[in-house]
Amino acid sequence: MYSIIRSIWLTFLHAFHKRETVLYPEEKPYLPPRYRGRIILSRDPDGKERCVACNLCAAACPVDCISLQSAEDDDGRRYPEFFRINFSRCIFCGFCEEACPTYAIQLIPDFEMGEYNRQNMVYEKEHLLIDGQGKYHGYNYYRQAGVDMGVKGKGEGENEEPPVDIKSLLT
Amino acid sequence: MKNIVPGGRMIKIEINGKYYEVKAEKNLLEVSLSLGINIPHFCYHAALGSVGACRLCAVKKYRNASDTKGRLIMSCMEPVTEGLILRTEESDVIKFRAAVLESLMINHPHDCPVCDEGGECHLQDMTVMTGHNYRSYNFKKRTYTNQNLGPFIHHEMNRCIQCYRCVRFYKEYAGGKDFDVFASHDHVYFGRHEDGILDSEFSGNLVEVCPTGVFTDKTLKSHFTRKWDLTNAPSVCVHCSVGCNTIAGERYGILRRIMSRYNGSVNGYFLCDRGRFGYEFVNHENRLKKVKIRLSKNENPVVAENDQLQVSLNSALSDNKRIIGIGSPRASLEANYALMNLVGTENFYHGISKSDYELTKTALHILQNGPAHSPSLKEIENADVVFILGEDLTQTAPMIALAVRQAARNIPLQAGEKTGIPRWHDAAQRDRTQDIKSPIFVANPYQTKLDELSREPYHASINEIAKLGFAVAAQINDNATSVKDVDTRQYMLASEIAVALKNAKNPVIISGIHCGNKEMLHAAANIAFALEALQIKSSLCLVVPESNSMGLGMIGGKSLEDAYRRIEQGEADTLVILENDLYRRAEKEIVDEVFQKCKHVIVLDHLMNDTASKADILIPVGSFAESEGTIVSNEGRAQRYYKVFPSEKSVPESWRMIGEMIKIVRDQIDHPWKNFDQVAKEMGDDIPEFSVIHQKMPGNGFRILNEKITRQPLRFSGRTANSAHIAVNEPKLPQDHDSPLAFSMEGSNEVPPSSLVPFYWTPGWNSAQSINFYLDEPNGSMKGGDPGIRLIEANKNAKVSFFEPDITDIEQKPGEFWIIPVYRIFGSEELSSKAKAVAERIPEPYVLMNEKDIAGSDKNENGSANINISGKEIFVKIKIDPDIPLGIAGLTVNLPGMPFLNLPCSGKIKFASGNSNNQKPGRP
Repeated sequence: MYSIIRSIWLTFLHAFHKRETVLYPEEKPYLPPRYRGRIILSRDPDGKERCVACNLCAAACPVDCISLQSAEDDDGRRYPEFFRINFSRCIFCGFCEEACPTYAIQLIPDFEMGEYNRQNMVYEKEHLLIDGQGKYHGYNYYRQAGVDMGVKGKGEGENEEPPVDIKSLLT
Repeated sequence: MKNIVPGGRMIKIEINGKYYEVKAEKNLLEVSLSLGINIPHFCYHAALGSVGACRLCAVKKYRNASDTKGRLIMSCMEPVTEGLILRTEESDVIKFRAAVLESLMINHPHDCPVCDEGGECHLQDMTVMTGHNYRSYNFKKRTYTNQNLGPFIHHEMNRCIQCYRCVRFYKEYAGGKDFDVFASHDHVYFGRHEDGILDSEFSGNLVEVCPTGVFTDKTLKSHFTRKWDLTNAPSVCVHCSVGCNTIAGERYGILRRIMSRYNGSVNGYFLCDRGRFGYEFVNHENRLKKVKIRLSKNENPVVAENDQLQVSLNSALSDNKRIIGIGSPRASLEANYALMNLVGTENFYHGISKSDYELTKTALHILQNGPAHSPSLKEIENADVVFILGEDLTQTAPMIALAVRQAARNIPLQAGEKTGIPRWHDAAQRDRTQDIKSPIFVANPYQTKLDELSREPYHASINEIAKLGFAVAAQINDNATSVKDVDTRQYMLASEIAVALKNAKNPVIISGIHCGNKEMLHAAANIAFALEALQIKSSLCLVVPESNSMGLGMIGGKSLEDAYRRIEQGEADTLVILENDLYRRAEKEIVDEVFQKCKHVIVLDHLMNDTASKADILIPVGSFAESEGTIVSNEGRAQRYYKVFPSEKSVPESWRMIGEMIKIVRDQIDHPWKNFDQVAKEMGDDIPEFSVIHQKMPGNGFRILNEKITRQPLRFSGRTANSAHIAVNEPKLPQDHDSPLAFSMEGSNEVPPSSLVPFYWTPGWNSAQSINFYLDEPNGSMKGGDPGIRLIEANKNAKVSFFEPDITDIEQKPGEFWIIPVYRIFGSEELSSKAKAVAERIPEPYVLMNEKDIAGSDKNENGSANINISGKEIFVKIKIDPDIPLGIAGLTVNLPGMPFLNLPCSGKIKFASGNSNNQKPGRP
């Protein structure tokens, strides 16, 4: 008997508490930077596309909603010829971001993606690519990789010796 | 290999607490892999043997049950011994392997995302398998500059882990000369002495042999797709008569690459570059996609609308005197059979020139009725004496040349085994062998790449080589007739060859129809028959020009010239041409006239060519990647290729399209064949030789636990996004009613029958090395037997009857040269020459001549010449061949742009001066 009255009392008290709900959409809630919302493709500090079209995000995607094709520019730099995410299938699990070796694909705190027409949920590269670096600043994959794809010469990357002179026996 | 070692003694050993019976002549790594036990390894490759260089395959060996300490050994260097106990997963072994891998990874770059090997990388697999998950090396990494190795192979030397597999394959296995290891200590470099195109015809195998991404497929790079994203199908190479097994992979409707599909009896682990890189004709911009119809004779054909095709076919197939069907040696058995069904047996013609037709028939006759066995590639590899007559194997059937290179090692390997060095102990065997080779004899008019294996290469005219052949046969067996005018050199050489062949256990005679001489085939047959008469098991390999030449020969039908005659006589006025460019088979004037006389020309093909451009009704059909079919290799092995991806509706399979035409001709409502199986079955009923194909090949009803076999790996990505830009609702998956394979990742994960393996994958092994788990032992046969059904078996009961030599003197006119055909691996084959990468390797047309023949006209090697063959002039470069006999000139044939020439024949050669002539070589 006592516990029932206590419960009613406590519930009643909530009527005078500060409200947890907000009046969305007039009032927007705070979402932390690592909130898993809409997916974007970011650029590296030089302003070039970070995505190297390695296909790891597509492979990691549990609902297989990412599709892309790699291409190469004149320097041999890899980029996605097209990059498509079918958001009507996406479950915002963030596996793609985890799989991405270049910080290109990122989930951002934006969830307002409702559409009347399901076809509009299919995002192509032009809808995904932003002009900034997103959450992770200062990283340029091609400076870490061994390949020479127009960003740096052979042996000019971070943690690289100059190329071996194979004609020398001693050094 | 299992056939070679006599006895095949079995030994009992214990691995990880379980007892196994294993073959005595194997090493521990081979044994473990064949038992399905994972042991990480790098430098060991089943086809190359063991060298013990990478130290990764460490395991712990205990001498017997009383040995408690054990010792760490390299499993690839350790023979199996009775009663030994092996532990592959002890903590110190695991630690050792992780340490080895860590040191190999020190300089390996952070490249995987942009590396084409990623996802099928042996190094990635090994890193995971050894448990070396995080790098602790914080210092600078070594770098190298790369080389441009030509249109096939991309070089990225930073990724190298110094396993030496590439040089071992390229130099030692494939006999390449322009690739090596340079520099010293931790700076070793694998590449050429300078940038340049890799010269070997087998360079593409570096892609599969290299355990990392140092050598990757440049054609794949231009439309890169990860292994897990490819839709694959088991396929068969269509670029020569050997019938190598391939895996073809597709994504987004583009054929992406060809990988080798293991067939222990045929190509094993490898492929030639024509087979690997020739696939891009499927993606060619000149692919036919729409039906084109010529509304009246003088108009250009226009794209057909709606039911226009039906109407045109109706009128063409009903309003005519007689329909003649021209088949093709590059179309499948079923497509050719369907055409024969449409036009009737008496109106079916082989789409090959008369000389090719007769030679193929002769070859087939020899193999079907003679006592000599037609060897598989594996059997050629196991030969101890090889005699090659008048066939430049490296250019016409490259994988046979690779097999002959292995045969050259057999005698020294056997000698090595007698001294106690096991066959797999590659480094020791090679050190012991030095330059010793099995007796290989090469007789060819001009120099070939296999000459280097030959003790005394014999260069003479085709007639002289045939004479040599007959002389050899006569020396082996008195009943074989020799030719009269054998000169001393021929006699001496013939006795040497005869002695070698008589002492051989597995002699192989190789010849072929590329030299264009029937007597050569007879001579080769006589040698094999002579050996058989002495109870020596001999093999006779006859090379034919195209992927299904043998099969077409077995179907029956008449030669192209007979068809032309009937059209000229007005007996027939409608032609149905199946996947064949007649301008490659006969002189332009003749073909033009035939087309002129025809009321209707119906062409079914996949690429635009001269014949297709003359068609009144041009119907696009699927290439090997978009249809299924069976082709018969020169060995007589029937093998089936399957659709890699469903073709567009407007591009049906040839057999299906011809079925539509049969409907019209017979005025039926139903298509004569519901699916591919029905064509195959009906073909077997009509042509008894082929009935075994339908009986033995798994049909479309084949299931594993009620499920189809998946064309796509489990990790296939993008299912719900690939076509989302067209419509967000996912369409129904395309269905395949013609085979037991599904265009899906859902289905059976069991290992399918060997002829239906669409791709290789084993848990832990994403790289091509996973092949080993599909075999009964490394380098052995596929589990359940190698794919393919042999249709040609020697007639062992046949009474040996020798061919009488009938060598007619060549009709060489005075002052003229005798011009013989020279085939090129890149260019002489029709389909592969349309592939972009292969096209870059096609040489300019040239003529091979003896220096002395040119010296008379004071022109140097860089000169060019006008060749006049019965009034037809061709302008070509001159190449010097010091060994080609005087008065004989070898002219490259079938290169793009060259007209058809009926070689060999007599022709005039006029020397032009240097490069002053601006004419493009090859143009008339």
